[in-house]
Amino acid sequence: MSADLHDLGVAELARKLRAKEVSATETAQHFVARSREHATLGAFLATNEEVTFAQARAADARIAAGDAAPLLGVPVAHKDIFVTRDFPSTAGSRMLEGYRSPFDATVVRKLAEAGMVTLGKLNCDEFAMGSSNENSAFGPVRNPWDPARVPGGSSGGSAAAVAARLAPAVTGTDTGGSIRQPASFCGITGIKPTYGRASRYGMVAFASSLDQAGPMARSAEDCAWLLSAMCGPDPDRDSTSLDLPAEDFTRALGGSLEGLRIGVPKEFFAEGVTADVRAAIDSALAQYEQLGAKRVEISLPRTELAIPVYYVIAPAEASSNLSRFDGVKFGHRAAKYADLLDMYKKTRAEGFGDEVKRRIMIGTYVLSHGYYDAYYLQAQKIRRLIADDFQAAFRQCDLIAGPVAPSVAWKLGGHGGDPLADYLADIFTLPGSLAGLPGMSLPVGFGEGGMPVGLQLIGNYFQEGRLLHAAHRFQQATDFHLRRPGGF
Amino acid sequence: MTSKLIHGYEVVIGFETHAQLSTDSKIFSRAPTKFGAEPNTQACPVDLALPGTLPVMNVGAVERAIRFGLAIGAHVAPRSIFARKNYFYPDLPKGYQISQYEIPVVQGGVVEFWLGEEKKAVRLVRAHLEEDAGKSLHEDFVGMSGIDLNRAGTPLLEIVTEPDMRSSDEAVAYAKELHKIVTWIGICDGNMQEGSFRCDANVSVRKPGQPFGTRREIKNLNSFKFMKEAIDFEVRWQIEQLEDGHAIEQATVLFDPDTGETRAMRTKEDAADYRYFPDPDLPPLVIAPEWVERVKGGMPELPRVMAARFVADYGLPEYDATTLTQSKAMGAYFEEAARASGQPKLASNWIMGEVSRRLNAQEIAIEQAPVPAATLAQLIRRIADGTVSNSAARQVFEALWSGEGNDVDSLIEAKGLKQVNDTGALEKIVDEVIAANPANVEQVRAGKDKAFNALVGQAMKASRGKANPQQVGELLRRKLGL
Amino acid sequence: MTHFTMSLNAQDIARIAHLARLELQPDESERLLAQINGFFEIVEKMRAVDTAGVEPLTHPVAAVQDVALRLREDVASEPDRREENQRSAPAVERGLFLVPKVIE
Repeated sequence: MSADLHDLGVAELARKLRAKEVSATETAQHFVARSREHATLGAFLATNEEVTFAQARAADARIAAGDAAPLLGVPVAHKDIFVTRDFPSTAGSRMLEGYRSPFDATVVRKLAEAGMVTLGKLNCDEFAMGSSNENSAFGPVRNPWDPARVPGGSSGGSAAAVAARLAPAVTGTDTGGSIRQPASFCGITGIKPTYGRASRYGMVAFASSLDQAGPMARSAEDCAWLLSAMCGPDPDRDSTSLDLPAEDFTRALGGSLEGLRIGVPKEFFAEGVTADVRAAIDSALAQYEQLGAKRVEISLPRTELAIPVYYVIAPAEASSNLSRFDGVKFGHRAAKYADLLDMYKKTRAEGFGDEVKRRIMIGTYVLSHGYYDAYYLQAQKIRRLIADDFQAAFRQCDLIAGPVAPSVAWKLGGHGGDPLADYLADIFTLPGSLAGLPGMSLPVGFGEGGMPVGLQLIGNYFQEGRLLHAAHRFQQATDFHLRRPGGF
Repeated sequence: MTSKLIHGYEVVIGFETHAQLSTDSKIFSRAPTKFGAEPNTQACPVDLALPGTLPVMNVGAVERAIRFGLAIGAHVAPRSIFARKNYFYPDLPKGYQISQYEIPVVQGGVVEFWLGEEKKAVRLVRAHLEEDAGKSLHEDFVGMSGIDLNRAGTPLLEIVTEPDMRSSDEAVAYAKELHKIVTWIGICDGNMQEGSFRCDANVSVRKPGQPFGTRREIKNLNSFKFMKEAIDFEVRWQIEQLEDGHAIEQATVLFDPDTGETRAMRTKEDAADYRYFPDPDLPPLVIAPEWVERVKGGMPELPRVMAARFVADYGLPEYDATTLTQSKAMGAYFEEAARASGQPKLASNWIMGEVSRRLNAQEIAIEQAPVPAATLAQLIRRIADGTVSNSAARQVFEALWSGEGNDVDSLIEAKGLKQVNDTGALEKIVDEVIAANPANVEQVRAGKDKAFNALVGQAMKASRGKANPQQVGELLRRKLGL
Repeated sequence: MTHFTMSLNAQDIARIAHLARLELQPDESERLLAQINGFFEIVEKMRAVDTAGVEPLTHPVAAVQDVALRLREDVASEPDRREENQRSAPAVERGLFLVPKVIE
């Protein structure tokens, strides 16, 4: 019977576990075997069966003791941006190869306390910088829908693992679209909550004012279960986490969409969006109208500006956040060097990959003497204008819908290592990130090469429940989220 | 502003002082701040900048900054911003220091103090909160340095003055006054050996009326003695350079107590480009007026206020009042003695004289004085009511101090130091003195006061200090028919 | 107040790489120079925007509500975990992190 365990969603699996129809240990064994079977995907960077099975046995004990925690015994895997005591934490970088953290990230701890069983750590772009997972120092991840294509990034391993049924649910992080875009490319569901909802403690920092953790799973309902356990203030560890009590987002899933106003920004349908994506999004919007939602034409006039603004702010913060990787306290240190300065330069040259170096260079430049006002400060001001545009839009609509990315997943090496092409492809996820708004991606169709297309939903601050509700209703009426890539 | 010239040059000094705030935990982490622990045993993941760690602000550090702002009459900013100062150094774990740049928590303020008889006021530019760095130990390892990050993250208040000081004496007087303030209000333990109170002096010289000269910064002056030596040497050096036609180049210098000289540090070539920007990990520090009021309510009476009160309530001269408010304990000791004896000026004289002399000789603080204020007050009462003369009282005090006894009256009794007022005994003594000093008697008759005083002295001596000087004087006059 | 070089040159790249403590191979520097200049062509769009009187947005949620720094009680509660904390350190001796000699 455990043959189809990997087809079960989080909610169903949890129910079976509580009903003792299957044990957490059996479940863990099933997924461990399955991830070994599909190792060629490159989704996992680290596994540790002893740790996994020990956690599973502990979960079984809690279940036996009558503990009815909703996620008890359900397997999960973490993007390798989260530091963990029991698994190495690399952030996809040579710099941290073999690094062992003395503590668990808050999100990891919360899910562990909820009784979830950790399968391992998932591949990602180095320090979460990238949108194809090709920037990982430990090899690319293949898209389960077409091994010749990228899974998206930076949470590429996370998205691929869920699409390939290697884990019912996983964690990801989203700075400029790193949950939504890979979810779209791999045909799964993912949500990035309001900035400050989930603690950033234990997330290897990329861009502090943008980084946010979120769940990725096959359905909105599954995401709701994990998000409820991940969020909540972390007053002792993260000064940017908001004083919002933890919420049970599964409560928001009921009810109809009658009268829901869905805003469609014309800027999200500019040329550059491929026909197949456009078609999938249009039919999804039509589906929403059938479900009782009203379509409202809106405008986000500064959409295009989001690219330069983001690619000034994120690298600036990253250049400073990554200064701690200096070969002194932890991580890589060059083997040969003349003196201290040389040790720094060689250590960082060897430890960082091309994209990371590129962003450190850009960030260092825009913060350097005489340029701060014109670049970083100017970007932070336009950032407020972009946030204001959203507030204006939300006076006309309840949530905003559009494509996640201009195209479906491209071929590995498809952008020929042209960073600009990657940056431009982030255009639809960056505005919401800069504003710190919750956003999600849900599968709504297939495009060129039979690759999945995701619909992006953006809500106003703290409206995660409304987003998940809208996605859930759609998924009750459609089965795109249940489609499975061939061979999995 | 008066300023004495040196070889025709005016000295200009500004100060940057790092006061370590006396919190239990660090500014952004929960690690302890105790001094002298084993290397890196007080450096937690946040202090080590381990991946994924984030800063969380210590309310105790903010409260101390507010206290300082109130103490020097500064503006406590309702909203201030933490910024990152980016540079690479092994004792700086994150590769940036969290500090305050554009908007500091304390703005303006003045430090007032006496330089001899002259009242001075040094204006402060700002005081901002920041984290301390770790320590590099160069000695123990060949070709390598050892990094101890126990001190990393210790809360600092950096206090910056205007270039208002015009001599090394004034600079030292300012530093002493600032040291007094931060210890008085309990925000810093003031231990200079342990680096709790570190001063950097920006020194330049100029011809009067000229714009400021190029300054050199003397780093880490950790004793008042070295402070004066370092500044004096630096001033001489700069004047010599200029006189020899060399321009002064801006530099950071260190003072070597052994040679008594300052030498330029190896300059960090890119020190100029710190790439400051607001720390995205820390929202703005907001200080509500109610909080400032609460802190104000808990503030101790400040030295200059206490001194003013001593002048007003006890009629002390400004000089006495200032001297007696060098420390809170000294002020308290005086007040108790003054109240209990009802003789403020006498109490002041005794504390500034007999008491202080012994404290300095034994290098102990007033808290360790073996004679409690109440006992001194009792002795002063005995002087006032004529029981003992001043000289006798000094003998009693010595006995009290040395621990020979602790009750004033029984000591007076035991030593037989009661003043002799019975005329019979005195007349006998006076007659003997007149008989024994014919020469003096001659001069007295010739109208020499000196000689008269000498005779009084002789009589007092003969009475072993017990005689009442006034009485002796009258007897002499009568007997010599003056 | 700010002086502008519309496009960077090799010296800029060298200066920035030094500030960032990155050793770059000659081919790397050339590639970066081209890529960064290409990138700054996009950034020019941003510089044209009139932002007079606009407050920069630091914490995103500050767009709709005040976000003030949360303060914690002054309690020293972190135990000594030196060994665990130094587990991934490149060079440690007698509890100290070792680095090439620091010259002052």
